[in-house]
Amino acid sequence: MTDSSLSTRQKVERSLARRRATETRFHALGFMAVLFGLLSVVVLFGDILLKGSSTFRQTVIVTDIHLDAQFLGLTPRSKEAHIRRADFEGLIRQQLHAAMPTMTEDEARELHRLISIGAAWQLSDWVVENPQHLNQTIRFELLADHLVDQWFKHDRRKGISQRLSDVQLSWLHEWADSGQMYTRFNRLFFTHGDSQEPELAGVRGAMMGTFLTLMVTLVLSFPIGIATAIYLEQFAPARQWINLVEININNLAAVPSITFGLLGLAIFINLFGVTRSTPLIGGLVLTLMALPTIIISARAAIKSVPLSIQEAAYGLGASKVQVVFHHVLPLALPGMLTGTILAMAQALGATAPLLLIGMVAFVVDVPNAISDPSTVLPVQIFLWADSPERAFIERTSGAILVLLGFLISMNTLAVLLRQRIERRR
Amino acid sequence: MNDSTLFIVIVLTFIGVYRLGRNRAQALAMAGTRLHSLPSHYGVLLAMWAGLPVLITLLLWRLLEPTLVDAMILRQLPETVRAGSDAQVQLAISMVRNIAAGAALATPDGFESSVSHVIALQARMVLLQAGVLLAVALFGLAVCWYRFTPNQAARTDVERMVRVLLLCSSAVAVLTTVGILASVLYESWLFFGMVSPLEFLFGTHWSPQISLRDEQTGSSASFGAVPLFAGTLMIAMIAMLIAVPVGLMAAIYLSEYATDSVRNMAKPTLEVLAGIPSIVYGFFALLTVAPLIRELGTALGVSVSSASALAVGVVMGIMIIPFISSLSDDVLNAVPQSLRDGSDALGATRNETIRQVVVPAALPGIVAAIMLAFSRAIGETMIVTMAAGMVANLSANPLDSVTTVTAQMVSLLVGDQAFDSPKTLAAFALGLVLFITTLALNYVAVNMVKKYREHYD
Amino acid sequence: MTILKNHDTKGVAFVDDAKLTARHVNVFYGDKQAIFDVSLDVGANEVIALIGPSGCGKSTFLRCLNRMNDTIDRCQVQGDILLDGEPIYDGSMDVVPLRARVGMVFQKPNPFPKSIYDNVAYGPRLHGLATTRVELDAIVEYSLQRAGLWNEVKDRLDAPGTGLSGGQQQRLCIARTIAVDPEVILMDEPCSALDPIATAKIEELIDELRENYTIAIVTHSMQQAARVSQRTAYFHMGQLVEVNPTEQMFTTPEHTLTEAYITGRFG
Ligand SMILES: Nc1ncnc2c1ncn2[C@@H]1O[C@H](COP(=O)(O)OP(=O)(O)O)[C@@H](O)[C@H]1O
Ligand SMILES: [Mg+2]
Repeated sequence: MTDSSLSTRQKVERSLARRRATETRFHALGFMAVLFGLLSVVVLFGDILLKGSSTFRQTVIVTDIHLDAQFLGLTPRSKEAHIRRADFEGLIRQQLHAAMPTMTEDEARELHRLISIGAAWQLSDWVVENPQHLNQTIRFELLADHLVDQWFKHDRRKGISQRLSDVQLSWLHEWADSGQMYTRFNRLFFTHGDSQEPELAGVRGAMMGTFLTLMVTLVLSFPIGIATAIYLEQFAPARQWINLVEININNLAAVPSITFGLLGLAIFINLFGVTRSTPLIGGLVLTLMALPTIIISARAAIKSVPLSIQEAAYGLGASKVQVVFHHVLPLALPGMLTGTILAMAQALGATAPLLLIGMVAFVVDVPNAISDPSTVLPVQIFLWADSPERAFIERTSGAILVLLGFLISMNTLAVLLRQRIERRR
Repeated sequence: MNDSTLFIVIVLTFIGVYRLGRNRAQALAMAGTRLHSLPSHYGVLLAMWAGLPVLITLLLWRLLEPTLVDAMILRQLPETVRAGSDAQVQLAISMVRNIAAGAALATPDGFESSVSHVIALQARMVLLQAGVLLAVALFGLAVCWYRFTPNQAARTDVERMVRVLLLCSSAVAVLTTVGILASVLYESWLFFGMVSPLEFLFGTHWSPQISLRDEQTGSSASFGAVPLFAGTLMIAMIAMLIAVPVGLMAAIYLSEYATDSVRNMAKPTLEVLAGIPSIVYGFFALLTVAPLIRELGTALGVSVSSASALAVGVVMGIMIIPFISSLSDDVLNAVPQSLRDGSDALGATRNETIRQVVVPAALPGIVAAIMLAFSRAIGETMIVTMAAGMVANLSANPLDSVTTVTAQMVSLLVGDQAFDSPKTLAAFALGLVLFITTLALNYVAVNMVKKYREHYD
Repeated sequence: MTILKNHDTKGVAFVDDAKLTARHVNVFYGDKQAIFDVSLDVGANEVIALIGPSGCGKSTFLRCLNRMNDTIDRCQVQGDILLDGEPIYDGSMDVVPLRARVGMVFQKPNPFPKSIYDNVAYGPRLHGLATTRVELDAIVEYSLQRAGLWNEVKDRLDAPGTGLSGGQQQRLCIARTIAVDPEVILMDEPCSALDPIATAKIEELIDELRENYTIAIVTHSMQQAARVSQRTAYFHMGQLVEVNPTEQMFTTPEHTLTEAYITGRFG
């Protein structure tokens, strides 16, 4: 066709080398993109595991403590309140001192700083439980201060130390070498609320706050979401109403989560006077956030119920409401539950809107009711991440691991549920 | 009576009333009377008549009670306090409430009467509330009970009520949008009464904190949001620079090259990135990526801020990868096989088919995916709140620290808020800008996808 | 109806100047066999029609000839297929030049969502057939003219190809194929989605193209086979039942199945 010295075949052959190289490059690029994504997952999880897994161990120093009833001013029949007021801190100080009689005043103070203030509380708790051991000598695991904890868990093997004096280090080495100092499972992390002292700070309060908040969210969003889906799929008389609701749902699904916080602040708190910082207000805001996900999945679940079943029910003279509630809803329920679990998982990680409605408070007490001041797990993470203390960084990662643990369980549950639905089909 | 007990009592009452109505109808049916509807319908009807008014009353009560109590406290406050500013009065009221609730320890002088009054008031309120609720319930019950006849169309009534309830539920989504719009519009309107919209939109100086020293010298806070917009855009752009190529290429690889087993492993793993809460990414950016980039910069002899836009953008990009990849995957799969066949049959290599036929054909969908991702990037809050700067620098250098709209919103609203101060209201103005932007992006993107789908369906 | 037992193909399956040679071809989709031991020659510059009831494997066989079946993961091809004596399923054969030599037109017109010009220029650009814009313009014009479309579109080459009518789209796809200067053109029911007038145009076109190209066309219309082809191959349930010159096939079929099909007893 065109006057060229080469035939078409030759031209095609000539282009091949270049094109094959491009193909190889493109293929490699795609592979690298996937690899990058997968590596990100690995690095992210690895980093947090690396930083956080040591949270679950806590350093303790085991010593003999003589429960000197006279020093404490107690008798075996003392009341609990009385025991709690006794000077266990002084007792611990005295006993540590007794073990090293040559210490100066300054050294004694430094020695005492190695023990957490929580040690005295734990000891008093123990005595409340076992008052018969008064005046006996017991072996007790004293909670180490967070500096000691960090040193023992991370720095000791590397031979470095932060904010510990030489004399303190010499004691620590001695304890470590004699096996007096060791780590055990950090139960406190799961049984305590927040604290200024890293070694006493736990996620119990945040976990309860999260639990209560999610309960409010679930109780509100599940019925409303399902009802909306049913209405849109089965009852809505006008296309315009469906369209309007649909547009709103899509927008709410796409709007940044922080705007829900603005709504909560301006309307729920400012206008309606709902108390801030409570699971109630948190649950209200998260309900609005969770609704789109629930409605969308519930609609899909209703759509997937075979029409033949509905027709059969109508054929038997059932009314619309009866068909929907007796035949459609039971079949669609597993699909709806899957969507709801995923929505709850999303709500579990939501942070920004909750910051605006005051769930950033420093809450020591574990909340018990939806009207108690409380925080939630992700906000606790946010708060701790702000602390300069190294021990808090570790705890932040630990809290993230707890959060991820919940998320993974919820998602696994949703996947299993979905698999069951698919098998049934 | 706390809320959960109240809840349980109400639920139990519902059930009890339901059984009452059903048993009555059942008894009639047993006795041979022909009923219009099933006995359970009569039960539900009775429960609704008794229960719905109770719920509505309770809701109203909850809404009005705080205002009422506030007014009563106000009357009991010492004269000196009542003469003070609004904020002082508010403070005093909330203090009285706290003391009455047992939250504070000591009662200051002059407040004893109001505190004891509130305590007494609250005790009476609880009784009054219980009484009113009971009366309302009984009234509803009685009306329904006496209207009852065997040929009453209980089913139709119940079904009508069910429909109304369903309709109300579906209105929640609409009301939420209205609520968001109303709150940001109203507070922004107040804000623009104090700060000119022009200054807000085009001013380049942002320092919302009214410090004492500034007040003394006569200068006040300034609300030029351009540095915020610029910072938001820069971080979002960096995120897109990571997420778009990686997400798109990953989608292409997984849908066009990968074997089934690779795809089945890699796709859910990538989705994991989307399921991780952004607070975790924030932590990762703050403690891992930012220091890393800083050290890298130091090694190269470049000074990098410890809260660099680059670190934030990179981490945000990683977070958005699965968003782009799964949306692109959908649109790529929607491209008809016949187009691929046409290109393959002409002797195109696989990448030629993808780049010159499949991607151009899917372009509207891909652009829409990118827009949605971009909207997500500018609305992302936690990563920037944790890892981006708080000072509003106007800088084009990604190694500098910049702040963003959402980060400023959080910093303005966390802690004490005063709805008469421009500092608090500014957050709503920023929220308005954010809301409008994301809504517009979303609207355009969704329409693009819709057109695109119609094109190939 | 007689069930086909022997694999012997009736008639003359082989020719002297074969462009494409298929020997003992078996095709599987996963476990399911779609083509059973088919041997057939396609002669140079002839139009051969493949006919048979739907689902009998015509498309599958056709797609073996330019290895389009490679794009289906579960599809496996056994046996030998030679183009000018070269085995095309050989490891050394690259599908890119193969498909440049053996073009294909599909049942449903599938123009790319690009301009008419870019649709036609797509192949030449890929393979580097033109070094200058002038050359490319020439190829585009020539191809559109051969496809009988030039006069209809020469004023709107920048318009999208998807905006043309169905028949024009199909001729655009033929032009797109011609632009790569192939030796063989495979057509899979190219007229089944078109109206009679558009069909007539394409049939006319096929007749003209025969002087330069070897053409294998799948059709379910016997009239079409009769009008455009010199030889016809009849497939039944994955087997090649009979191959004969078209005229002979339609007047005196050898196999009872062929006869049954032609007389419209099934199809
Ligand atoms: N992609 C495929 N996967 C599995 N089976 C297929 C596929 N394509 C075709 N088949 C099967 O192969 C047989 C032949 O199909 P085909 O070649 O399309 O028939 P024809 O074109 O003659 O109508 C049919 O039974 C069909 O179901
Ligand atoms: Mg076919």
